[in-house]
Amino acid sequence: MGPLVPDVIGNELNFVVAIFVGIAFGFILEQAGFSTSKKLVGLFYGYDFTVLRVFFTAGLVAMIGVIAFDHWGLLDISLVYINPTFLWSAIVGGLIMGLGFVIGGFCPGTSVCAAAIGKVDAMIFVGGSFLGVLIFGEGYPLFENLYKAAPWGNVRIFETLGMSQSLFAFLLTIVAVGAFWATTIIENKINGKPNPEFNSKPLYYGLTGLALILALSAFALPERRQSLLAEINDSRFVNGYQVDAMDCDELAFNIVDKNKNLQIIDMRSQKDFDAMTLPNSTRFTLENLFEKNAHKLLTIKHKQNVFVADDEATEKKAAVLAKELGYSEIYFLEGGLNQFRKDILNFTMTTAGTNQHEIDTYRFRTKAAQVLPQLIQEYKLKMAASGPQISKPKRVVGGC
Amino acid sequence: MNETKYMNPYLAGLFLGLILLVTIFITGRGLGASGAIKSAVVATVQTVTPSHTTDAKFYKEYSEEHGGSPLKNWLVFEMIGVVIGAFISGLISNRLKFKLEHSPKSTAKIRIAGAIVGGALFGFGAQLGRGCTSGAALSGMAVLSTGGLITMAAIFGGAYAFAYFFRKLWI
Repeated sequence: MGPLVPDVIGNELNFVVAIFVGIAFGFILEQAGFSTSKKLVGLFYGYDFTVLRVFFTAGLVAMIGVIAFDHWGLLDISLVYINPTFLWSAIVGGLIMGLGFVIGGFCPGTSVCAAAIGKVDAMIFVGGSFLGVLIFGEGYPLFENLYKAAPWGNVRIFETLGMSQSLFAFLLTIVAVGAFWATTIIENKINGKPNPEFNSKPLYYGLTGLALILALSAFALPERRQSLLAEINDSRFVNGYQVDAMDCDELAFNIVDKNKNLQIIDMRSQKDFDAMTLPNSTRFTLENLFEKNAHKLLTIKHKQNVFVADDEATEKKAAVLAKELGYSEIYFLEGGLNQFRKDILNFTMTTAGTNQHEIDTYRFRTKAAQVLPQLIQEYKLKMAASGPQISKPKRVVGGC
Repeated sequence: MNETKYMNPYLAGLFLGLILLVTIFITGRGLGASGAIKSAVVATVQTVTPSHTTDAKFYKEYSEEHGGSPLKNWLVFEMIGVVIGAFISGLISNRLKFKLEHSPKSTAKIRIAGAIVGGALFGFGAQLGRGCTSGAALSGMAVLSTGGLITMAAIFGGAYAFAYFFRKLWI
């Protein structure tokens, strides 16, 4: 599950990845013609819309890719860097950049790309941007208020607008395709002749069709989180789902036996979890199950994963979600922790038992009721000494 | 030898989008450019006046956020790659040439002044807007960041709004 950094690819190796990403990035920018200011500013005077075509196509491809990866569970979006929103600095900074664009004819990435093939104006632009950053750094106290005004956090546009991700992706794709058509017409008018590269009508009708199919595919890729959470909130769906149960005696036996192949996933609140933590248990919320930490834990080989909560319904919900997310060896505790407390932790012998099986069971429960609280206490002390077992992976720090 | 033609823009866009997607999948972050310039500025200031970087707030916040040497930064390595990649592309397409490009109606002097001023504005704006066309606009669009899309709209909206006043520089 992505992002691959830092678990699969270490932080040092990531720098090597950066160089290769950069090579590909620089190569494509240059091949697309972003190494000449004439082509870049053509966008603003209507004679060359190459930038819009490349930029919008790239943005759409990456956007739909990210949505699809998220949908298929290949990418934990909660770990991906989402540029934080500071409303006023985004607007004012953007306008200043726009002014810099029409005066200087480049943007930072394209200027470095153009400088690499010998464009002297681009080298000067890079020097200028160096100066601009220095001015910002030196005058920072003056701009700090504006820089930090209206912090909205790492919000995403469909959340801000209150629509579904699919709908926003669809609308943006339609706008882009419309812009591709309209700008080609404008370009031909301003240049007084059609661009010879775009005279293959069937090809472009085909591409438009493809883009529209791509746009509609956004609806086939609803946000996985939302659709799955809706599914497990449907009790009929959950009850009709085949999940293996583990009874209280088996769980107790596994804990007393210190079975290393048993993992307990606790779905209770932090407070309840802290009050009584079963040995080798991890607390997750339903949301957590979508994340990379859960992925790491639930894909360890040869482990049985038992979901526990006070009541069986909560456990089954979580277990079904885990199975829907593709995890195996998933169990729920029969009767929930309420039953576990009654049958095991607070067990008191009322009848001697009528057959051998009952007698054995009761004998075990009497023993477990003595041993388990000790194990829970020991585990608590051990945890207090060593600190939390699992560190929560942090969102990647990125940005320009 | 003649220059090779540029790549079809939609094809280039497709490749660029895939590069961005793979980058996000591997590293959890998008592409960027101005951040590398920022790292270079911080490194330069650190070398020239080491004491200044410990008392000026901008540099203090930078080292709190990043830690370590400012040049040991993902974007710095990425931009080294950009230089290599663009150079290779220029080499195979016969576009490697020292050249100061300016509109026939403008002069070299005006172009130089424009590049300095435009660069400074872009560098400044990218600091304020937390990213440039790559880091804020393109990568922001890929992950549908509200801030990234606002910055994108402001960059292109601003450029169109100001374009008329600077038309003599280009057409």
